[in-house]
Amino acid sequence: MNLLSDYVLHLADNALILGQRNAEWCGHGPILEEDLALANNSLDLIGQARLLYQHVAQLRNDGSHEDALAYFRDQQDFLNFTMLELPHNTALAPSAKTERDYAVTIVRNFLFSAYMLLVWRKLQHHADTQLAAIASKSIKEVDYHFQHASDWLVRFGDGTDESHLKSQMALHFLMPYTQEFWNSWPGSELVLGDLHHLHADWTAMVTDAVSQAGLQFPSAEGYVTQGHLGVHSEHMSYLLADMQSLARQFPGAAW
Amino acid sequence: MPSTEDEAYAVWQMLESVCDPEIPVLSLREIGVLRAIYPVGQGWQIVITPTYNGCPAMAQMQDDVQICLQQAGLQAQVITRLSPAWSSSWITDEARDKLLAYGIAPPHHQTNVAGQDRIRLVQKKAVLHVVCPQCGADDTTETSHFGSTACKAMYKCLACLEPFDYFKPY
Repeated sequence: MNLLSDYVLHLADNALILGQRNAEWCGHGPILEEDLALANNSLDLIGQARLLYQHVAQLRNDGSHEDALAYFRDQQDFLNFTMLELPHNTALAPSAKTERDYAVTIVRNFLFSAYMLLVWRKLQHHADTQLAAIASKSIKEVDYHFQHASDWLVRFGDGTDESHLKSQMALHFLMPYTQEFWNSWPGSELVLGDLHHLHADWTAMVTDAVSQAGLQFPSAEGYVTQGHLGVHSEHMSYLLADMQSLARQFPGAAW
Repeated sequence: MPSTEDEAYAVWQMLESVCDPEIPVLSLREIGVLRAIYPVGQGWQIVITPTYNGCPAMAQMQDDVQICLQQAGLQAQVITRLSPAWSSSWITDEARDKLLAYGIAPPHHQTNVAGQDRIRLVQKKAVLHVVCPQCGADDTTETSHFGSTACKAMYKCLACLEPFDYFKPY
């Protein structure tokens, strides 16, 4: 039971952290339509996170609560993939740019939603009927997220020199982080089993869109991040501080 | 103990007055959210299925159902059922007409299963003929796949130039 609830927690953390990250575009989108698209996207992800946290609480049966899981855990207790907590830019120190790069947002959503489409499809048939029910709902939403991200990826890759360059850089920057998707751990072994088929299907999906965009499919080699084991990047604590400070400053606040 | 079919029918009738807070021309039954009504003990169990996971109107709908039955002096317990997942094809035919009259283009019927046959498709989607609810022209274009609520996309009519909402197939 522990491993199952850990895996569901991992799914919940993935959804919450990416939902929070993408919500940074709210009011700052490059165009109004994209502002709304990303806000909708986050709304879906946070909705999924809530269902998943509620399910974790039920599985643990130890008085856990969705709000406590979201707002009162520290970064080492979060099991999301590292890629999802990264800021929206490729530039690293010392030339760190403060503004957000929409190509990074789109490429991340593209890589992750392709992965989640396959994961949810598999989980629709899981023996845990609540998890299967969450999967069958979430897959419809992720389908839209994938459509949105791959449409924009093709537009960027096939667009101007600048949009092509930025989307290519985002792919180079993010691809190594996808190695974490295929790094088997006890929770993923229990729920997803062998990841080789998933990996092959994902590569086919992603390669299709990347080549249609006229972009190079970059190498995924490099350091393998371990966010799903609670080992996060330096960006995670800032994201959590932003997300959790209100709930911690005013515990039990209601309005 | 309320257990007869007539009583259940009366509860369905009562709940006809509870509308989607975002689309006030449709009742929860018409939009497909209200799924079942069962007699339980001294009261009723009302089963609803959420549209989108994060839809902020869901809590409002639950409260509205509760209040509606309370006002009639009935005990009610509202439970949420996720599976089978809500689909826009559950929207009834008369509700589709009401949507159109309200200025929202009704959804096309879902023909494919999410995540299955669209999974490798990144080509431009086949052009759906979404008819403008203002002037009836089918010369329309999608301005954004995401709109004012989770369930709608933004469209523009190229004939009368009016923007409008399209209820997305889901």
